[in-house]
Amino acid sequence: MSNGPSAIRLEHVSRHYTMGEAVIRAVDDVSLNLPSGEFLALLGSSGSGKSTLLNLIAGLDRPTSGSVIANNQDLSKVSSLELARYRRQTVGMVFQSFNLLPRMTLEENVELPLRLAEVDRGERPARVREALERVGLGKRATHRPSELSGGEQQRAAIARALVNRPKILLADEPTGNLDSATGESILALLKEIQKNPGMTIVMVTHERPLAERFADRLAIMGDGKLLSNGAGR
Amino acid sequence: MKPRDLSDLALRNLREAILRNSLTTLGIAVGVASLVAMLSLGVGLQQLAAKRLSQSGLFDSVFVTPKMNLRGMGREATPAPSDKTPRLLDEDARQEISRLPNVVEVYPQVRFFTEVRYDGKPYATMVAGMPESSKASGSFDGMQGSFFSSASANETILQSEFAKELSPQTSTLIGKELVLRYAERQSLPPNVDSKASTPPNTESLPGGFSVVPKEMHLRIVGVVDTEPASGFGGFGNGRLLIPLQVALTLRAAQVNDLRDIVRGTSSVPTFASLTVRAKGPAYVEALEASIKNMGFGAFSLLDASKSLRIFFSVFDLLLGIFGSLALAVATLGIINTLVMAILERRREIGVLKALGAADSDVKQLFFVEAGVMGLFGGIFGAFLGWLIGRALTFGTNLYLHRQNLPGVDISSVPWWLVLGAILFAVLVSLAAGLYPASRAARLNPVEALRYE
Repeated sequence: MSNGPSAIRLEHVSRHYTMGEAVIRAVDDVSLNLPSGEFLALLGSSGSGKSTLLNLIAGLDRPTSGSVIANNQDLSKVSSLELARYRRQTVGMVFQSFNLLPRMTLEENVELPLRLAEVDRGERPARVREALERVGLGKRATHRPSELSGGEQQRAAIARALVNRPKILLADEPTGNLDSATGESILALLKEIQKNPGMTIVMVTHERPLAERFADRLAIMGDGKLLSNGAGR
Repeated sequence: MKPRDLSDLALRNLREAILRNSLTTLGIAVGVASLVAMLSLGVGLQQLAAKRLSQSGLFDSVFVTPKMNLRGMGREATPAPSDKTPRLLDEDARQEISRLPNVVEVYPQVRFFTEVRYDGKPYATMVAGMPESSKASGSFDGMQGSFFSSASANETILQSEFAKELSPQTSTLIGKELVLRYAERQSLPPNVDSKASTPPNTESLPGGFSVVPKEMHLRIVGVVDTEPASGFGGFGNGRLLIPLQVALTLRAAQVNDLRDIVRGTSSVPTFASLTVRAKGPAYVEALEASIKNMGFGAFSLLDASKSLRIFFSVFDLLLGIFGSLALAVATLGIINTLVMAILERRREIGVLKALGAADSDVKQLFFVEAGVMGLFGGIFGAFLGWLIGRALTFGTNLYLHRQNLPGVDISSVPWWLVLGAILFAVLVSLAAGLYPASRAARLNPVEALRYE
């Protein structure tokens, strides 16, 4: 295990679903420690539970048992209001399908987390511009997502994820909808973002070669269990 | 989220599905409009009835008569049930009553049946004295000509039915003169009047007075459609109206004169009845009681006015229920629209939650959207309802004019109805948004964000 303070600590985390009589163990007794500033790639075939684990870290879901400790709080125990605040202030999230709101311009999409965090109106335009410039979209602020390429849309989504200055960036198959060249440029951008002091990144992917090139550590999941935490790499 | 961001987002969402949301809002507007139209009809008809009734002077008046033990007449005198001695209804009594609290005025009812000559032809009619205050009562609104120029002018206003007897073209009567022939009461011994030579049919009543026929020239100043002199104090409606002061100076023989003679009190003239006008219907009950205490008979139509108010309350309630039905349908429209919006915006709600929106943020967003639709629907609906009310009034008046009847305002939209309707629309919309909003808030973000 890496030394340094941990950004995320998973302790015997399980997430079970019941479908009728059957119990589906999407995540089954996973323990994992992520030091602050690390770029972790979570690998696994589809249905291995890696996305479910990411949702647990993101505070979008709660574990059936075990603890998810992030930002010095146990996410399995906090109120839903606290969880919303955690999502708002501590984590930023990027999705495979970008999930930009189609009827809003890029700057409006990026402003959305600032609205939710009740950031002062006067402060917002500068924050939005800064985030968009960082991902190289400063000149496309007034465009709508449909007017952009997939790579540009993912960059905008990354800008939106970063605008509230989170400590943890979570990416769920960020390159899944992109061609390999564009995917590579997105990962290069993530790697660049990792240079922010204390920025921890967790990326779910099934593209092993890319993960090997950009991530610090590769954890592998299968059938809800952590097959390898990559510590020995 | 801050209120401004919340309303920003809500308005943006409403604009995005502009057609559907406009139709939903229109649904609310139609519901509110039907409610406003129905209630405006209720309010308008009530106002109309109240106005007509207050013009009649029935509901703010107490009618005072001398108390008589009629049951004792012609039988063994039974002892009066109360110790209040019957009093004479004379000028002293009138002064005393007028000093009671909340009394506007006290006037006698002067009515007598007599003959009128116009254009050389005789007509029989009922003459009534009108107090000066009746001008303001609204009974003379819309009359032809004008009200009496002064309280003591030798002028007359004709009730239109009587006026039609004199001339079918009633407007030509104004400015003409007619001759009022009446019987003057003269105390005995009769003073010999220079004008009227002692007529042969003068009958002297022992210990009483003589009745002398006299004439008076009156100028016709107006013709009125309503019946200002009607009322339960009289025995037939006045067709020829003259100022009350003039009527009093005529000293025309009235029904109660004979009664005075029987009682042997002819020295003091008394009134057959007095009408006491209170400041408002609310004071009538107390006034009636204190007049009875003074030893007079008193009567008012308060109970009738109470049941009229009950009738209109029920009427309003029924109209309100009918109007609300349309609004209930509109409510279902809001619920439907918002539930549809949840399905459509499932992913968006998921994204908002992933970005840190709390359940309450999502709930408030849907709530504000419902409220905004309610607000716009309410404003537009109130206007539409007013328009429907105007249209109903217009249609009714068209019909009334064709029947040669004066127009009326059957619908009235007071400001409280407008504000109430808008507020009601917003509240109903918020209530309709309750279920969709909480459903949207409960949406599981993981499921919402799962593949399209």
